[in-house]
Amino acid sequence: MKISESWLREWVNPAIGTDKLVAQLTMAGLEVDAVECVAGDFTGVIVGEIVGCEQHPDADKLRVCQVAGLPDGLSQVVCGAANARVGIKIPFATIGAQLPGASQTEEKWQIKKAKLRGVESFGMLCGQTELKAGDDDTGLWELSADAPVGVNLREYLNLDDKLIEVDLTPNRSDCLSVKGIAREVGVLNRAPVKAPAIAPVAASIDDSFPVCLEAGAACSRYVGRVIRNIDITRPSPAWLQDKLVRSGLRSIDAVVDVTNYVLLELGQPMHAFDLSKLSSAIHVRLAQQGESVQLLDGQEIKLNADTMVIADQQKVLAVAGIMGGKESAVSEATRDIFLESAFFNPLAIAGRARSYGLHTDSSHRFERGVDYSLQLDAIERATALLLEIVGGEAGPVVHVTNEHLPQERQVSLRKARILSGLSLEMADGEVVDILARLGLSLLSQNAEGWVFAVPSYRFDISIEADLLEELARVYGYNRLPTRSLAAPLDIEAHPEAKMGLPALRNQLIARGYQEAITYSFIEPKLSALFDPEVSPVMLRNPISADMAAMRTSLMPGLVSVLRNNLNRQQNRVRLFESGLRFVPSADGLKQEAMLAGLIYGSRAPESWANVAEVVDFFDLKGDLESLLALTGDESAFTVKASSHTALHPGQTAEIYRDGEWQGVIGALHPSLQQQLDIPQSVYLFEVRLSSLLKARIPAFASLSKFPEVRRDLALLVDRDLAADKLLTAVKGQAGEHLIDLKVFDVYMGKGIDPHRKSVAMGLTFQHPSRTLNEDEINASIDSIVQYLGVNFSATLR
Amino acid sequence: MENLAALTQEALKLVADAQDLTALDAVRVNYLGKNGSITALMKTLGKLSAEERPAAGAEINKAKDAVQDALNARKELLEQAAINAKLASEVVDVTLPGRGQQTGGLHPVTLTLQRIEEIFAAVGYSVEVGPEIEDDYHNFEALNIPSHHPARAMHDTFYVDDTHVLRTHTSPVQVRTMENKQPPIRVICPGRVYRCDSDVTHSPMFHQVEGLVVDKNISFADLKGTMDQFLKAFFEADVPVRFRPSYFPFTEPSAEMDIQCTQCRGKGCRMCKNTGWLEVGGCGMVHPEVFKSSGVDPEAYTGFAFGMGVERLAMLRYGVNDLRLFFENDLRFLKQF
Repeated sequence: MKISESWLREWVNPAIGTDKLVAQLTMAGLEVDAVECVAGDFTGVIVGEIVGCEQHPDADKLRVCQVAGLPDGLSQVVCGAANARVGIKIPFATIGAQLPGASQTEEKWQIKKAKLRGVESFGMLCGQTELKAGDDDTGLWELSADAPVGVNLREYLNLDDKLIEVDLTPNRSDCLSVKGIAREVGVLNRAPVKAPAIAPVAASIDDSFPVCLEAGAACSRYVGRVIRNIDITRPSPAWLQDKLVRSGLRSIDAVVDVTNYVLLELGQPMHAFDLSKLSSAIHVRLAQQGESVQLLDGQEIKLNADTMVIADQQKVLAVAGIMGGKESAVSEATRDIFLESAFFNPLAIAGRARSYGLHTDSSHRFERGVDYSLQLDAIERATALLLEIVGGEAGPVVHVTNEHLPQERQVSLRKARILSGLSLEMADGEVVDILARLGLSLLSQNAEGWVFAVPSYRFDISIEADLLEELARVYGYNRLPTRSLAAPLDIEAHPEAKMGLPALRNQLIARGYQEAITYSFIEPKLSALFDPEVSPVMLRNPISADMAAMRTSLMPGLVSVLRNNLNRQQNRVRLFESGLRFVPSADGLKQEAMLAGLIYGSRAPESWANVAEVVDFFDLKGDLESLLALTGDESAFTVKASSHTALHPGQTAEIYRDGEWQGVIGALHPSLQQQLDIPQSVYLFEVRLSSLLKARIPAFASLSKFPEVRRDLALLVDRDLAADKLLTAVKGQAGEHLIDLKVFDVYMGKGIDPHRKSVAMGLTFQHPSRTLNEDEINASIDSIVQYLGVNFSATLR
Repeated sequence: MENLAALTQEALKLVADAQDLTALDAVRVNYLGKNGSITALMKTLGKLSAEERPAAGAEINKAKDAVQDALNARKELLEQAAINAKLASEVVDVTLPGRGQQTGGLHPVTLTLQRIEEIFAAVGYSVEVGPEIEDDYHNFEALNIPSHHPARAMHDTFYVDDTHVLRTHTSPVQVRTMENKQPPIRVICPGRVYRCDSDVTHSPMFHQVEGLVVDKNISFADLKGTMDQFLKAFFEADVPVRFRPSYFPFTEPSAEMDIQCTQCRGKGCRMCKNTGWLEVGGCGMVHPEVFKSSGVDPEAYTGFAFGMGVERLAMLRYGVNDLRLFFENDLRFLKQF
């Protein structure tokens, strides 16, 4: 909410400057977002009147004006504005005046005596933009006809005023008015608040209009009044228009201006109907589903049954608390009006405006809570202002309430809670004083505490904690005690078998990976390329169409990051990411933490010492295995050749732990790679994070003191025989003393049957308690060779 | 015997002239070996008289010793030279870079989160996480934000369906924690959160870290102390911290926390919009309604909660000046951390 400081000071005027006032508001929870000056920083500008205006002899666009304003007679000023003419009053910058620079960084500049095309000019006539006092740049700023000539413009227009923009939290609807902020400033400074006197305006006619409340608790008070014979052609006075403009509203006509003024001043949204457009009675009721109304702004909306309307016998006149209708609106032809000042329950308004794409000053206040005792005051205030401005005759106030009118709330406060909640011993007197200043009246008290009545404007106070906040706020958050949190040093369970993500990250970092964090929502098309079988969770209101699908895999995100970096000439990329993937399934949505990695480009960074080779499947597999190894339980993991839509059919594997699927590793499918315009092969893995976080607690096995014996076997087997089958068979046949087995060479090609490959294995034997003899080892080897021969048609090379 | 001196001279000269260990060994064999010419002189001692023998023997031994000493000295010299030559041939340019993989790095958001987690873990907080597609109940209702509450407008929410949203804050994890755990509770809940807002200063996805402490007799003073100590520890500076009254439906009293502007030190600059302060998060005492929703008795327990934007803290800590950089994942950016 934007409020003019001078308007505020009409209500409450503590002896502090703007800066202090602003700081005070912010520290009381009414955060000031900005303070702006009403006008630029200028001096020496007075109200001038053009009393003579002739064409410049040598310039078509210039005029030579005689300007009244200075005490020592008329001043001659050459002026280029098209609207310069005799009789208007304008800002007159006299010799020596300082005008604001064109931009914030530019210095002020001084008006000097000048000659324009040979004619002397003693000053300058100004437009709004030249004084930074408005947006109108069409010509001279035409001041009101009654502007006092010769008076300093800043004083005349109160241009030293500042506009304070307060960013109010939704709980403080009581501060959505000058009155509300003044009340708060009064409390903070113990300063008196001077409200304008609001006296009931006596009815001079008997005309009235019936009102029926038919919406139950949604509207429990409706105040109305007929005013006849107004002269709507009379504009609202400059002081009123100024206040509206400084609060960010436009002046429309006197009737609308007055209702807006009361809204800003007191916080009561009001509405004025053209009485001649109303038939028989006002009905405050819920809309019928689908009922339509044309709003003041011209748009036609179809109403939902949860929306309250103001209607007459025939039609909807206004959407209650949100916006009036066009048909019953005050227009240039209006003579008689019906004023509305109602209390609508916040719950009946909340969310309704938004559901029609609307947000108005009225709905903003009603949905947060308008003082339910304010309606009569508001209508009297508006009536008095209207009669003063547009004349007319007021009828009696129509005041209808029902049994749902809010009751005064009571809140109790225990002394012990102040101490335990704030760690503060506040004197009883101070407690009562602070709350009394805030308008809470003491109803009763005993040794334990107090009971207070909550004022009708404080919708945010209903429980004890709310009173603690009020005390803390007025006392000052930063004056409250601060202490170190104390807690017993209980030693908690600390499972060693639970590994943390940091260890995995560090492992990948040590292997050259950079961590990426990508959006959880991706382009649906990209999602489909990676996971065509799954229809992802879609956002109803995405930021854009390419951020609409919740990822079912982390791989597309990493591939996108790769592409972006390739576009920035990064040609060696190693990335990982951890985060949730969102997979809809028969048993509901699974939000699963995954770890994914990607490598691309050369195996090692370019260097004198490194061989220039590009990465392959086994680079990535080695990195992944190093993560598996961190669990201390590598043998629980198995890898199986597999397929995946997005991956190369011959270079894809699934990862299992204890037989359960955990993830996938492979090369990006060459056709997808081509489609995504990536020049070289991309290798990716993605595994469930949970599978990597279960560690095996080490269990010691005694060391043998006896020598190891190593035998190597080179076998020819069929090309498509998977190495792990071969190794499993070897382990099965080798006997219990085989302690290590590795594949140290795989060869295909020249010198070998094209359907076969040579696999060379190193076998290490050792006995825990004696030296193995030659015969034992030979027996093992023979058994292996024979078994592999029978089962895999393996032959010794 | 008469040529002992000549032989000795001859041998010593050959020792001195030997250019390598092979030549040197040949000298040893030729003079001092089994059939060496000096050794041969020993065999002539038999021809001498018993009186002459000891003196002549001593002469020969002296000559042998002299040659042997010269041999040893020369051998040592040649060996040293060989080592020196080998060393000289093995000199490397130690200023060349080493071989192998470059080290990668953590994303600055992770780096920041990890730092926050470590600070709190050191005093006994544990880490809790929760789902990112969250039900309306945990994201709003249980946090005292009923459907039409104006505070919902403060959150630009991504909707998945009528009852599910992308969580707009990490606060639902508070509720989930209290549902599953009895006080005392000291947890922090880091994670991704989502708001339907995207411009220079807003990202549709960002990170928060939420903290929750529930126990008997927890007061606002504990909250202030905890946040003040955390912020000073995080920034490794005695940075002034202030608390401003604010509003969150799930805390009461509620506060916003500011630190003194790290750029201008409170004088006022563009970064702090001339206020001298930078907002770093929100906090407050857990609202009794939230306790009730989560099955905690608000008469028996009190607690505080806080939430901070991780990107915001990372920007202040590392001087990052553009929020959007965090999710572009430009390697040139990532490699700086």
